Amino acid sequence: MSTVTTGTGSPKRRLGDLVFANLTRAAGLTILIALAGVGIFLTVEGIPAFGAGPDDLKGHSNLLTYVAPLVFGTLLAAVIALLIAVPLALGVALSISHYAPRRIAAGVGYLVDLLAAVPSVVYGLWGIAVLGPKLVPVYKWLASHFDWIPFFAGPASNTGRTIFTASIVLALMVLPIVTAITREIFAQTPRLNEEAALALGATRWEMIRLAVLPYGRSGIVSAAMLGLGRALGETMAVAMVLSASGVVTWNLISATNPSTIAANIALTFADATGTARNALIASGLVLFLITFVVNFSARAIVSRYEPGSK
Amino acid sequence: MTDLAPAPTERAARSIKNPRLPQYAPLIALVVAVAASALLGLTLGWGVIPIGIVAAIFYLIGLTTWSRIIENARAATDRLVTSLVWVSLTIALIPLVSLLWKVIDEGKGALNGKFLTYSMRNVIGEPGGIYHAIMGTLLITLAAAVISVPIGLLAAVYLVEYGAHSQLARWIRFLVDVMTGIPSIVAGLFAYALFSLIVGPGTQFGIGGGVALSILMIPIVVRSSEEMLKLVPADLREASYALGVPKWKTILKVVIPTAMAGIITGVTLAIARVIGETAPLLIICGATDSVNLNLFHGQMASLPVFIYGSYTQPGSNPEILKQMAWGAALILILIVMALNILARVLGKLFSPKTGH
Amino acid sequence: MNRTLRRVAAPGIAALALGLAVSACGAGNESDGSGSSLKGTIAGAGSSAQDSAMKAWRAGYQTDNSGVTVNYNPSGSGAGVEQFVDGAIDFAASDSALDAEKGEIDAAKSRCGGENALEVPSYVSPIAVVYSLDGVDKLNLSASTIAKIFDGKITKWNDAAIAIDNPGVDLPGSTITPVHRSDESGTTKNFTDYLSKAADGAWKYPSDKVWPLKSGEAANGTSGVIAAIKSGSIGYADESQVGDLTVASIKVGDAYVAPSAEGAAKALEVSPTDDTRAEGDLAIKVDRTTTEAGAYPLFLASYVIACPTYDKAKADIVKGFLSYVVSTDGQAAAASNAGSAPLPAALQTKAASIINTIAAK
Repeated sequence: MSTVTTGTGSPKRRLGDLVFANLTRAAGLTILIALAGVGIFLTVEGIPAFGAGPDDLKGHSNLLTYVAPLVFGTLLAAVIALLIAVPLALGVALSISHYAPRRIAAGVGYLVDLLAAVPSVVYGLWGIAVLGPKLVPVYKWLASHFDWIPFFAGPASNTGRTIFTASIVLALMVLPIVTAITREIFAQTPRLNEEAALALGATRWEMIRLAVLPYGRSGIVSAAMLGLGRALGETMAVAMVLSASGVVTWNLISATNPSTIAANIALTFADATGTARNALIASGLVLFLITFVVNFSARAIVSRYEPGSK
Repeated sequence: MTDLAPAPTERAARSIKNPRLPQYAPLIALVVAVAASALLGLTLGWGVIPIGIVAAIFYLIGLTTWSRIIENARAATDRLVTSLVWVSLTIALIPLVSLLWKVIDEGKGALNGKFLTYSMRNVIGEPGGIYHAIMGTLLITLAAAVISVPIGLLAAVYLVEYGAHSQLARWIRFLVDVMTGIPSIVAGLFAYALFSLIVGPGTQFGIGGGVALSILMIPIVVRSSEEMLKLVPADLREASYALGVPKWKTILKVVIPTAMAGIITGVTLAIARVIGETAPLLIICGATDSVNLNLFHGQMASLPVFIYGSYTQPGSNPEILKQMAWGAALILILIVMALNILARVLGKLFSPKTGH
Repeated sequence: MNRTLRRVAAPGIAALALGLAVSACGAGNESDGSGSSLKGTIAGAGSSAQDSAMKAWRAGYQTDNSGVTVNYNPSGSGAGVEQFVDGAIDFAASDSALDAEKGEIDAAKSRCGGENALEVPSYVSPIAVVYSLDGVDKLNLSASTIAKIFDGKITKWNDAAIAIDNPGVDLPGSTITPVHRSDESGTTKNFTDYLSKAADGAWKYPSDKVWPLKSGEAANGTSGVIAAIKSGSIGYADESQVGDLTVASIKVGDAYVAPSAEGAAKALEVSPTDDTRAEGDLAIKVDRTTTEAGAYPLFLASYVIACPTYDKAKADIVKGFLSYVVSTDGQAAAASNAGSAPLPAALQTKAASIINTIAAK
C-alpha cells in the first residue's frame, strides 16, 4: 500500500495514531493468541488422559492404543473422500473455467457454492436417510462379486452406514473448497499460453494438458490438501452416517467400521465423564495437530506459488 | 469439414483438414446412450440410478469410439475429456438436487405457525416448535459476530494499513489462513476446555458457543475485510492525508466507510458459514427443551443441535420428531440461503462504486 | 459513501431491532400461568433411558405448578451422578444404583451434607431383543443362544442352536448382523448383565455400559438401533421404542416369555432389595435367572437419586416433583408416554415414603 507518511504532525495526532495502531496490532495478536490458546487449552485439559485406564478409554489400556485406531479411521475416510472429490472437482473446475459458456459457468459456480452452504448436519440427514439405503444394493453386489478385494470383503452392511458412504458424503462436502481453489487457479492461466497452444493446432484437451494443468499443478496439490484438512475434521456427517465400532479394517462396506476422531468425540462426549472427557480432548488435540500440519503445508505451497498476491 | 467418413487413405492425405463430427454429435450420442440404457434397464428391471450410470458409460464409450473412427485419436481424446468434464459436473450436482429435494419434501409437512412459535417444553407425543432453537441459534451467532467482527476488522486494518509488509503481518496472514482449516469440533473442545478451567468443570452455556464459533468466524472476517480494504483506492487515503487528517481518522472516516458494504458482505457470508455449525455447540452449549435467552447461564438449544438430537434420538415418537428435524433442517437451509443472497445483494450494491 | 453506509445500516439496524423485539417474548407455549404457589427451578441430569419418562413427569408437574421449571439433561447416568456429587444439579437419574466400590455412596453422602443420599427406583422398562427376518414373525431364543449370536459364534439364522428353540419354524440360511449401541448406555449394561448371568457362561464379558465387542453394526442411541434393524439383523432396545419390529421371546425356566411391562414388573417383584444399603436407599439386586412364570428378567431398572435435605427454596419442589414421579399418576404418565412398567405397588409405597422424608434444612 502506498501510504504517504507526512513528517509533521501534532503530538495529539500522533497519540491517536499510536493508540489506534496498537489497537489493530493487538487485534492481530489476539488471533495468534487464540490459535496458540487452542493448542494450549487442549493440551492442559488433555494431559490428565495420559493417566487414564481402560475404564475411561473404552477398554483400551492406554491413550495411544485408544487414539491410534481413530487416527486410522480419520485418515482412511478422508483419503477415500479425496480420491472421489479431487477428480470430480477438477472436472467441475474445468467446466467452469474452460468449458461452459460464461453465463452457465456463473450459474454452476453459484450451485457449487450452494453445496458449501449446506450445513453439515443436513448432509448427515441426507446421508443416513437417502444415500445409505441407496447404496445397500451396490454394497451387496460388490460383496458378492468382488469379495476377493480386501476393500469389498463384506459381509455387506444392511443399512449402508459404512465408511465408504461416509467418505462419499465427505467428498461432497470438500468438493466446493477444492473446486473453488482449482477453478481460481485455472482461470489465472496466462491467456497467451493457452492461445499459443491452440494456435499450434492443439485440441482443447491438449491445450489444458500443456498449458493449464502444469500452470496449476501446485494449486491443485494445495487445494487437495486443504480439502484433506476439511475432510479430516468434519464431524457431524460422519457421526450421523457411520456405524462406528472403532476397529482397524480395510473393509469399506461392512457394518463394522473404523471410527474417526471427530465423530468419536461428537458421539461419546455427552456420556463421557471425568478422565474419559480428558481422553476425548486429548484425541481432539491429535486431530488439531494433524489438520494444522496439513493446512500449514497446503498454505505454505499456495503462498510460495501465489504470484504477487499482495 | 462436414464430409462424412472418407476412406482412411484419403484421411491421411488430408491430415490438416480432418473430417469432423457434426456439431450436434454429442447430443445424438447422448440420446442414443440414454435410449439404449433405458431399453436395457427396463428389460432387466433396473432402477433410475443404474440406468443413468450405464447411460453415462455408453455415452462416454460411444462418442469416443465414433470420434475415433470418423475423426482421429487426438480428437477422440478431446471428446472423451470434454464428456468426462460434463459427466463430473452432473455427478457433482445430483446429490445437491437430491438433498434439497429431500429436505423440502420431508420438511414442508412440519411447517406451521406453531412450529415457529412454540418450544418443546411440556410437549409430549405431538409436534411442538423450534422457537427455542431458532432463538438460541440467533443469539449464539450474534455473540460470535460481536466477538469476531471487531477483532477481525481491526486485524484486517492492521494487515492492510499498519503492518503491511512487516514480518508479524506476514505471519498473521499466514496463520489466519491456516486457522480457516481448524475443525469445528476442535473449536468446540477449545471453548469447553477454556470454560472448564475458568468457570468450572463441565460448564455448558451459550456464550461458550459464541466463543467457539468466533474461532471459526474470525479468519473469514479477516480475509474478506482485508480484501475489501485493499480495494480502497490509495488516492482516497492520500487526499485525506493532504487535508491534514491523521491516519487513524482517515482509516475510520474514509477507508472503512468506503469498504463498508464489502465488509458487511464478508461478515454476512461468515455468519452464513458458522450458523449451521453443529459439533461445537453440541459440546459447549448442550441442549434444552425450553427457551433460554440468557447467553451466560444454562444450556441453550440451537437449530443444528436440535436437528441432530431430534433425528438421532427421537425417543418414543420417532415419526413426529424426525419430521420436525427435517422441518428444522429446511428452516436452517432457508436461513443460510437468505444470508447468502443478502451477501450477494450487498455486494452488488457496493460493486459499481469501486471500479478498481 | 455515507449514503451507501446508511443504506445498508438502516435495514441492518431494523433487522437487529426486530430480532431483539422478537427475542423479548417467549415461546407460544411458555406463558406465565398460575397454579400452585410454588416458584423456582430445579435441575436434574442422568439416564437417557429415563428421558421420555422425564418429559412426561416434567410436563405433568410443570402443568400443575406453572411457576416451577424442572430441567432435565439426559447426559447419561455416569454424568448425572458425577454432576449430582459435584452439587451442580439437584437430583440425578441413573440406570445403576450408586456404587460403593467406586466411592459413589460416600461422595453422595458428603454432597448431601453428611446424610445418606436417597435412592429409589423410578423407571422400569423391559429390554426387547428385536430382529427382522423375512417370513419369521415369531422367534424363541435362550440366553446362551443370544449370547452366542452377539458374540459372533452363531452367524447363520438356521444354526442348530436357534432351530432347537424354534421347532417348525422355517429358518433361512442368511447371515445374522448383530446390532449394538455405539454409545454408553444403561440398556447395554443391563443387556450384558443379563447375558453374563443367565447365559450359562456363553458370555464371558462383564456387564458394562460400553459394548465389549468390536463386531457387528454399531448404532447411536435406541433410535439408531431401531433404524439399523434391517432384514437379517438382530439387536436389543428399550421395549417402548421397538415400534413395528418383531421381538424375540426369551427362555425363562422352560417357557418363552415375550417382553412386556407386566413381565418386567413381575421379575422386579421377585428381585430382592439390597439390604446392605442404608435406609432410604432402595437399590435392587435384579434376579436375572429367575424361573418365575411370566417374569421377564431382561429389563432395566433406573433410579432417581436425591438428598434428604435441601435449602428452603428447593426442598418443596424436589419433594413435590419426585413424589409425582413415584406416584400412581406419575407412573401411569410414564407408562403411556415412555412405555415403561409401572412400579409394583409394594415398591411404590416404599419409594413414596422415602421421598416423603425430604425436608428443608
